[in-house]
Amino acid sequence: MARVGEVTQTASTGFTVQCYKLYAAPALGALVRAGGTPASGDSGIGGLAAGSSPNPLIPAGHGQQQGFTGTVVYGVVCRVSTEPLDPGRPVLARGESAATEEELYRSNPQLERLLTSRFEVLIIGHQDAEGSRPFLPPLPPRVHSFVYGCNPEEVAQCTARLDFLHLLLGPGLIAADEVVGACLRGAAQAHSDPDQFLLRAGRALAGELAQDLPRLNAILHRVAPW
Amino acid sequence: MGDDAQGRPLGVVVGGSLTQGVEVRLDSGASVEDLKVGTFVTIQGARHRFMGVVTDIALDSADPRIKHTPPPAGNSFIAQVVSGTVAYGAITVSPHVTLPAALGDDDPPLAAKTIPSHFSRAYTASQRDVEVVFGKEDERHFWIGNPLDMETKVCLDMDELVKRSIGVFGKTGTGKTFLTRLLLVGILQRGRASSIIFDMHSEYGWSGQDTDRSRQVKGLKQLFPAQVSTFTLDEASSRRRGSQVDEVLRIGYQEVEPEDVQMLRETLNLSEVAASAAFNLEREFGQGKWLLGFLALQDRAAVHDLAEKVQVNPQALLSLYNRLDGLRRYGFLVEQAGPDAAAQIIQHAEKGRHVVLEFGRYGNDPTAYVLVSNLLSRRIHQRYVALKEEAEGGGGREPRPLVLVIEEAHKFLSPAIASQTIFGTIARELRKYNVTLMVIDQRPSGIDPEVLSQLGTRLTCQLENERDIDAVLAGAPGGRQLRSVLSRLESRQQALLFGHALPMPVVVRTREYGSDQSYTQLGRRLGVGARRPGLPGGTEIETAEARLEREIKDLF
Repeated sequence: MARVGEVTQTASTGFTVQCYKLYAAPALGALVRAGGTPASGDSGIGGLAAGSSPNPLIPAGHGQQQGFTGTVVYGVVCRVSTEPLDPGRPVLARGESAATEEELYRSNPQLERLLTSRFEVLIIGHQDAEGSRPFLPPLPPRVHSFVYGCNPEEVAQCTARLDFLHLLLGPGLIAADEVVGACLRGAAQAHSDPDQFLLRAGRALAGELAQDLPRLNAILHRVAPW
Repeated sequence: MGDDAQGRPLGVVVGGSLTQGVEVRLDSGASVEDLKVGTFVTIQGARHRFMGVVTDIALDSADPRIKHTPPPAGNSFIAQVVSGTVAYGAITVSPHVTLPAALGDDDPPLAAKTIPSHFSRAYTASQRDVEVVFGKEDERHFWIGNPLDMETKVCLDMDELVKRSIGVFGKTGTGKTFLTRLLLVGILQRGRASSIIFDMHSEYGWSGQDTDRSRQVKGLKQLFPAQVSTFTLDEASSRRRGSQVDEVLRIGYQEVEPEDVQMLRETLNLSEVAASAAFNLEREFGQGKWLLGFLALQDRAAVHDLAEKVQVNPQALLSLYNRLDGLRRYGFLVEQAGPDAAAQIIQHAEKGRHVVLEFGRYGNDPTAYVLVSNLLSRRIHQRYVALKEEAEGGGGREPRPLVLVIEEAHKFLSPAIASQTIFGTIARELRKYNVTLMVIDQRPSGIDPEVLSQLGTRLTCQLENERDIDAVLAGAPGGRQLRSVLSRLESRQQALLFGHALPMPVVVRTREYGSDQSYTQLGRRLGVGARRPGLPGGTEIETAEARLEREIKDLF
């Protein structure tokens, strides 16, 4: 899957990613992967050539997914933002004379350099030498770790167990219900029987939110497939 | 229900107690609608496997607010998610026995003295589990019916059954008579005991009525002609019904004793003083002569004179005279009976035969029924006490176990008279003298609680009256839980069985009685005395002719 950006800020529970291209952030609730070392040069930056040299600072692992070695961290995109690169230079409205938004961007090519898209990721699990683990890694990915979108197989595998919902539903996440909804809707498409997956996920949510019926209802309304 | 070693998974144990039953939270896949009160459940604990019955079914929720904000009607997804998770079904299981740890072990199931630990898995019981608990039909076990929704046989341990008194209860038309017939066939088939049946409505001996299907069903005599003797008090009625009667019973006035009058107090509406006057009369006239002597009095004046003589209130004696005078209308009471009526019956019973005493038209007369059954039972009991004492002294063989079958038992065993009557004595003495009772009644609340508590095995069809239900369940372990089971029995062909002859209480659909196939199955003999060359294990079906031939051969 394509490389989308690099980790610019990191913490135990999540990290922030700066996208290589403006507006190239993954969708809210999408699953991304950070860290790990590609075993082969099969990935690139949104179609650009990818660096394939192994990073000696990342401990080597074995039996890894998708040809990656070292600890691979998985997370869910929980906030996407686009903002000026320089906080001291606020964005000004420029399109008064432009007919369309596309025209505005075409006539202001510098915008691609002045603005940047970032997204925040909540870590939901990791994979190390022992296999996949549905809880936080001992250490978050390093700054400048490459971040990739996950392909459907990875999504299906990561969401097969629904323990990650507990991390997503934890306190501190703004609009957590939206993120959970978006994540489950997206993940369902990666499973062979989406409806069955959603039912299973719904029941897992019900287990988590047994004492908070209004919240459960709110999320279920967001994921209801029928 | 599955045939596998383990049944369908139901849920996990989340709480409970031995007295209240174990609470099982149902999995989302298990619906409360698939379970019934009385369904068998096995619970796999950490060290034991338990078997019990569902005694309550409930809907519960993790969040009480669900009652106020149920999932929107149109959203089946939410309903599907919520049911089994936030809103779930729960059952209460009363664990009764622990099963052998591994299937195939020969250890018998033991009464459960503990409960499974938290989060033990619960399953519907498999056919095999039920078989392990209720045994297979063999020389000792008699198939009485099937558990609800299962084809497995529920078998009664006939040895245990006849060791203690038995109670068959249920309101009219719920199948008491059929259940009793089955029990009697079981006793007959196994040959462990003899029985004497005081057949109030003449329905056990030759043939009976299946009012539901408007057909005649065979009685014991037709199924086991060689083992059953029928006596009648009303020859004409027996002849009209085409019943093959072995003997016509006649009772002499001299056989009636003052104790019999005590029993008749209720049916004859006698005061205590009047009833006890019979003892004074016996002292006056002498044993065996008092009734004839008393009834020979010609007028009120003679009765008054006698009252003065025996120091009894004249009014009381007069009312006794009037009531006892009514006994003259009974054709079976004669001045000079031939051989002792009780002795004839005992003779048959001692030979291992089963005696059915048909009452014919006297069946509708409670006084006649109470009088005859009490009189005979007392004599039979006396004889058995003597036999037993002889056997204990080394002078004879142990008398064959005997079951006395009485209907409308509350007339004999009401709290007011149970302590004085022979039936009360038999019920209390238990098997000391090898005589036990089978009481059949529709108002168990009318029976003395002390007597009820002595019943070893109770079989009860539907009962509606709260007091009757309480009476039947009094003293039964887990009575409170059984109550919900009992009050939900269907009105036909269903019975709750519990007590010594079964490892745990069970609701059964009683076995079919009345079809040709059922006769073939029921008519064969198993058990003691039935094993003969050519009949390995007694399981081969023997025709009536072959049996007759064999019995003749045995006799000579």
